Amino acid sequence: MKAFEYAAPLYEADVLELLSAEPGTTEILAGGTDLIGLMKKMIITPDRVVNIKEVASLGGIERDSLGVTIGAVTTLDDILESPDLDDYPALKQAIRCINSPQIQAQGTIGGELCQRPRCWYFRQGDGLLAQAGRLVAEGENRYHAILGNLGPAKFVHASRLAPALLAVEASVRIIGPGPEDETIMPLADFFRTPRHERQREHVLEPNQLLTHILLPPVDGFTSASYEVRHGEGPDYPLVAAAAALRTTGGLVTQANVVMGHVAPVPWLSASAAEALLGRPVNEATARAAGEAALVSATPLSGNGYKVKLARVAVQRAVLLAAGLETGGF
Amino acid sequence: MAQYSWPKRGTASLIGTEQDRIDGLPKATGMAKYAYDINAPEMLFAKLLGSPHAHCRIKSIDTSAAEKVRGVKAVKTMKEPGNEIRWQGDHIACVAAESEGAAAEGVAAIKVDYELLDVFVNEEDLEAAERAGRAQPLKPDIKTPNEPGDDDDEDEFYNMEFDRLFSEAAVVVEGYYGVPVISHMCLEPHGSTCEWNSDKLLAHLSTQNVSGTASQFGDPLGITADDVTVHCDYIGGGFGSKFAADAWGVIAAQIAKETGRPVKLMLDRDLELKIAGIRPSGFIKVKAGADSEGKVTVWDSRHWGTAGPGAPGNVGHGIIPYVFNPPSIRRQQIPILTDTGPHRAWRAPGHPQACAMSQTAYDDIAAKLGIDSYDVFLRNLPKPSTPEQAHRDEIYRGEMEVAARLMDWKAKWHPHGKGNAKGSIVTGLGMALHTWGGSAHNSTCIIKVHPDGGVETFLGSQDLGPGTRTVIAMVVAETFGLPISAVKVNIGSSRYPASGPSGGSTTVGGVSESNRRGSQDALEQLFALVAKKLQVEPASLEAKKGRIQVQGEPSKGLSWKEACSLLGMKPLEVQGKYERGAEPSPLSSIQVGGVQMAEVAVDRDTGVVKMKKYVAVQDMGLIINRKTAASQIYGAVIMGIAYALFEERIMDPKTGAYVNCETGDYKLARLGDVGEIVVELYEPDSEYKRGVVGLGEPPVISPGAAISNAVANALGVRVPVLPLTPKRVLEALEEGRA
Repeated sequence: MKAFEYAAPLYEADVLELLSAEPGTTEILAGGTDLIGLMKKMIITPDRVVNIKEVASLGGIERDSLGVTIGAVTTLDDILESPDLDDYPALKQAIRCINSPQIQAQGTIGGELCQRPRCWYFRQGDGLLAQAGRLVAEGENRYHAILGNLGPAKFVHASRLAPALLAVEASVRIIGPGPEDETIMPLADFFRTPRHERQREHVLEPNQLLTHILLPPVDGFTSASYEVRHGEGPDYPLVAAAAALRTTGGLVTQANVVMGHVAPVPWLSASAAEALLGRPVNEATARAAGEAALVSATPLSGNGYKVKLARVAVQRAVLLAAGLETGGF
Repeated sequence: MAQYSWPKRGTASLIGTEQDRIDGLPKATGMAKYAYDINAPEMLFAKLLGSPHAHCRIKSIDTSAAEKVRGVKAVKTMKEPGNEIRWQGDHIACVAAESEGAAAEGVAAIKVDYELLDVFVNEEDLEAAERAGRAQPLKPDIKTPNEPGDDDDEDEFYNMEFDRLFSEAAVVVEGYYGVPVISHMCLEPHGSTCEWNSDKLLAHLSTQNVSGTASQFGDPLGITADDVTVHCDYIGGGFGSKFAADAWGVIAAQIAKETGRPVKLMLDRDLELKIAGIRPSGFIKVKAGADSEGKVTVWDSRHWGTAGPGAPGNVGHGIIPYVFNPPSIRRQQIPILTDTGPHRAWRAPGHPQACAMSQTAYDDIAAKLGIDSYDVFLRNLPKPSTPEQAHRDEIYRGEMEVAARLMDWKAKWHPHGKGNAKGSIVTGLGMALHTWGGSAHNSTCIIKVHPDGGVETFLGSQDLGPGTRTVIAMVVAETFGLPISAVKVNIGSSRYPASGPSGGSTTVGGVSESNRRGSQDALEQLFALVAKKLQVEPASLEAKKGRIQVQGEPSKGLSWKEACSLLGMKPLEVQGKYERGAEPSPLSSIQVGGVQMAEVAVDRDTGVVKMKKYVAVQDMGLIINRKTAASQIYGAVIMGIAYALFEERIMDPKTGAYVNCETGDYKLARLGDVGEIVVELYEPDSEYKRGVVGLGEPPVISPGAAISNAVANALGVRVPVLPLTPKRVLEALEEGRA
């Protein structure tokens, strides 16, 4: 670990002042479950670490007529225990899948969304784009992307909550770089596939801060998350999917289907939604949604099996969102 | 000298009971100090620079920048320009600093120029290994009813002979099976804290070889072993990989000497996985023929695997097929040299792979014949071939019956792929059986009985997992008729009398031998004193419930304390010594076995395998502590489930990088993955009377084959290579459909 300067400001404005515009020189510390390991391995080597957990305005869960606002440093356990979020089962199911008391107690929702990819080439120091994607393409890619992987980025986005949050149409509040700068943007616009090593997996500038996650009122949405996991431990899923559905008279009027761990960004599938619209949810339509979601899949040399898994994950998330039996364990 | 013996069955007060570990509380509360927990005042932290490349030559090493990093106190190179590196992570230099962070920064600042050389790491691909010149086939080992004549061309003769044998078989199965390399993944990585007191070294070493590592430090440091103390009260996993001081232990001692400060060097997780030992892989192509009832008559196989870059260390052909012994065999072993970290012993070296490579084929014969795998295993039980294996087939048969009852095998059995599916979920049963030696290692102890009644024992042993302290306390307390708490057990220092390394399932046998002998001898001396005092014959005395008394007459005797007071001023010190010899010992023996059965559920849509139930029946001669014995088996089964379903070393095929060398990526079974585990200790009179036999390794052998067989039974398709990941299961189903 490289020696670094540590700061623990109390106010949002002070955080912004402590952050540098230069990528890689300052890092934000929330739960630290990912950051500390990356620093110990010297994969990231900031000069300054800014702990945002002391900033009171970044914590807590508030519900009003406009929906629910979750502060970025709210822990996953606090979200799980909050009755204000009972209407968003997809979110709570995704947290339960993490299956790690330590990470749930320590990890924050902001950190969960901003955590770095698990790509082993990235984590052994080959860079996020793993030498322009060549190492991944020619190497061990069993856990890598099957969608959106034609450029150098072939990792999968690490967030396990993003599919659920995208499915229920969450937004995020971002501040900086200036003390008065504030943006609210759809979460769908927050993630991006990096094109070069100085970019991250989201649109934040190095001196911007994700402060809150905003959930619109449920308004008839039923939602669910489904992860295909190799085992019962805290390991990351092989693939994941979340679905949120609105139905009228037994027919789907709106569907958001999002896959996780299939692409460098959480993958919103318009074609899966299309397959459900105007139809009842049943095993056949859920399967059709799964098929549609993967039509454009471009698996790598060693991850073709993930296409099948992702189909199943979508199918089961859709069934679960409709309150139906999913099959499986 | 007395005839050493164990209490007659049914008469012991402690032997054969269930006892909690006497060091369980310190382990559970964190009071126990492992090597990793040892911190000395003014201690430096050391880290290794490991090679980033799998195969290269060092052109130059420049440590000047590292020496200038703030906090760095010493930089030492461990390789020279011109040296060839044969695996990623191999140690090149060591940096010691005031903090772990500074040591890591120092390591990062070392500049090394490498000349890159060709890399070969994918040994599963035999043809690629042959093309790369990395395959080193050994001569096939052949056994057939007919031998070639003087004029016969040997190869031609055997080819015709095997053709004939296969043509006579009622059923022939051709299979491919495999087990990749796995790492030991000790929770506590390898390493030590080394401190000097003038010219004497104290090495707090994480080791399974307390009595055998002092000279490994002494030689390279230019001192003799009498100036070295190796200390290890607790070890956080070794599994066969921690017998040595290792280059990184020696360099820590060297830097400690040169800087005059204690040095702690525990391997980082990635280096732990890359350089501190692996279990060799094994892949096999088999053709096996059997009669219509599944009795195998002919076996023809080639198997290959890697043990790293050096000499052959992959699975030997002598245990192929595993346990079974068909009348005609041709088997060839092909070691493959790869640019990967060298192997070290891994719990029952060779056996888990051999079992998973061959008892799978036996199960496929059952599948092909559509008959119960249990019956096929039963029909193929080997006839005893050595004196140690006498009645072995009967014991296996008995264990199979017990296992089948505990699994409810007959009720649950369905032919392969013919079970009732519940949606996409199918279930299946599989079994396997195993064999192991487990003879006691050499062990010497000193038993001290103090005039005030205090009892302690000293020996340079270690607790790799069997509950060494507890076992020793039980043996001594049993002999003296005392409670376990009355015995102080001192292990973990090379200053104590030498006891063997914990390898080969030898520890419980070894420490039981020395301590039973020593305490029986000590008791004889006490009996002599008490007999004189009571005016009775020494042979009429017994030690029971804290008294030394005339047998069956508690009133005619002395309390333990009174008896010990007869010693006068000095404690009684008796050496207990066991050396393996030609003569069988009355206290320990060799040869165990076990039968295991797995029940799994598989989701055909996701390829996820879940353990439902696992039954492990194991014999181990006379059982000292039923609780720690069962714990060993639970641990072994969980470790077996891990390598059957989760664990593997994953290498980048081009660079030879070990890509999943962190805990987040190196998958292991968690508690939620292991299902219900039923352990049965099999100890009929025939086994009790054989004395102690080790058990640490054997129960880890069968899970790979048993679980693979259960998955094959569920799916009706063999998933050929472990671990049975969703990827492999789905790919096998895909292929099975095609």
